[in-house]
Amino acid sequence: MVEQTLALLALEPPGWGGNLLRGLWASLVIAGGAFGIGLVIGTFGAFGKLYGGPVARDLLAVYTTVVRAVPELVLILILYFAVTDAVNQLLVSFGYQRIQISGFAAGIAVLGVVQGAYATEVIRGAILAVPPGQIEAARAYGMPPGMTARRVTLPLALSSAIPGLANLWLIATKDTALLAIVGFAELTLTTRQAAGATRAYFTFFLAAGALYLLVTLVSGWGFRLLERRARRGLPSAGGAR
Amino acid sequence: MPREMEPARMADAVRPEAIRVEGLRKAFGPLEVLKGVDLTARQGDVVAIIGGSGSGKSTLLRCINFLETPTAGRIVVAGEEIRCRADGTPASRRQIEGVRRTLGMVFQQFNLWSHRTILENLIEVPVHVLGVPRDQAVDRARRLLARVGLADKEAAYPAFLSGGQQQRAAIARALAIEPRAMLFDEPTSALDPELVGEVLAVIRDLAAEGRTMILVTHEMKFAREVASHVVFLSKGVIEEEGPPAQVFGAPRSPRLQQFLKSVD
Ligand SMILES: Nc1ncnc2c1ncn2[C@@H]1O[C@H](COP(=O)(O)OP(=O)(O)O)[C@@H](O)[C@H]1O
Ligand SMILES: [Mg+2]
Repeated sequence: MVEQTLALLALEPPGWGGNLLRGLWASLVIAGGAFGIGLVIGTFGAFGKLYGGPVARDLLAVYTTVVRAVPELVLILILYFAVTDAVNQLLVSFGYQRIQISGFAAGIAVLGVVQGAYATEVIRGAILAVPPGQIEAARAYGMPPGMTARRVTLPLALSSAIPGLANLWLIATKDTALLAIVGFAELTLTTRQAAGATRAYFTFFLAAGALYLLVTLVSGWGFRLLERRARRGLPSAGGAR
Repeated sequence: MPREMEPARMADAVRPEAIRVEGLRKAFGPLEVLKGVDLTARQGDVVAIIGGSGSGKSTLLRCINFLETPTAGRIVVAGEEIRCRADGTPASRRQIEGVRRTLGMVFQQFNLWSHRTILENLIEVPVHVLGVPRDQAVDRARRLLARVGLADKEAAYPAFLSGGQQQRAAIARALAIEPRAMLFDEPTSALDPELVGEVLAVIRDLAAEGRTMILVTHEMKFAREVASHVVFLSKGVIEEEGPPAQVFGAPRSPRLQQFLKSVD
């Protein structure tokens, strides 16, 4: 029994362990890319919402509201099929060739746009929690706005943004499973293939679950380190100092 | 005019102007907080601004470095007038940033950067804004910390210091930019009474070495002692001003008389 399970999970074929790990890696790369895009969108989105002009604010409000209101699965389908279709129609109408958008690139882009909407709200809230006097001190000493954002506002916002961002990262890792629906071979899809081919459903889904759990635990540890660093100047930073 | 006054007046005319405020007005929406204020600080002057709460003292100070944009009037710092467009908005962010880099501001709430150590707070602007080489900035910061009695606190984060220590560090941060003039906004008002003295001692020391300062304060005894000129702000105008002996010793306006009685 145990030997059979180990054989199924072996890294070398005929074992499926290698496939599972490749699927995990694909999931992590997509989640990482999406999270990164989300952070960039979220940072600009938060500053735009707080300090931007009326047009920027309205556009951002529409973006965050729509993305957060529509189920992610639906968004992925819309963005993946509708957007690739629209891009291709545009290309054709300008006399270019149709292109095949890879599931990988589309996955990162789609999840990144979803992450960006949530990250905008997380970072906006965190910026609002920054003591205004410290931002004002930077202004009073002639620090330009970009440098103030980089060296004062964002580092100070980070301490309160990290729990929310850690959450977003975990959502990103799990949302990669939604890409199975557009046929991208991430962890969930490779698991399903392995299970389907061997009929060992229990073994493979348990293994996949364990891998997702492992990712969660390792990320939790990483984010705690980050949070401790971000809160280094604050007393009673939740104990460990 | 007694003859002895003459040399002092001569010196006044020779010392260049550090800060000049002309016809300053500032409204927040319908509320006009400053209704035409004129103020000049020459090099080496210590101008104390006194007045009741809400009389516009902070607003006046904050207009000098354009943390608030005046509704009308002129601000001239070291001979350079801050340019504004016809609609009153500043014409050049860079010019304002340049002016701010010559004015060391000290806030009521200290406003040290909580994610940086005391030493990092002191070198932040010199290194990143003014482009001073790091080791030079660090050397200078250490000397300033020793001067304000915080040599052993350079590696501490602000939140782990007492209010008095934080304010002394904030003063050192202001000195670290080698300011032409310093702006203090009630530097001791947020402090426990027993910590006020240590901060006043540092400011007294700066006054004695001839620094140009504009100081908003509720410490009347201190203002009388260190100021070269006292300005009493009331209802958005300068109700009375003059040398401290006159303003505190022989106030003319009823409002000032009443104010001095109330803070006694
Ligand atoms: N940003 C602001 N928006 C609206 N009103 C303000 C603002 N800043 C100050 N005020 C008002 O201006 C008046 C003067 O404030 P301030 O200059 O802080 O007085 P002081 O420093 O003398 O106590 C007060 O009535 C205050 O409520
Ligand atoms: Mg005030």
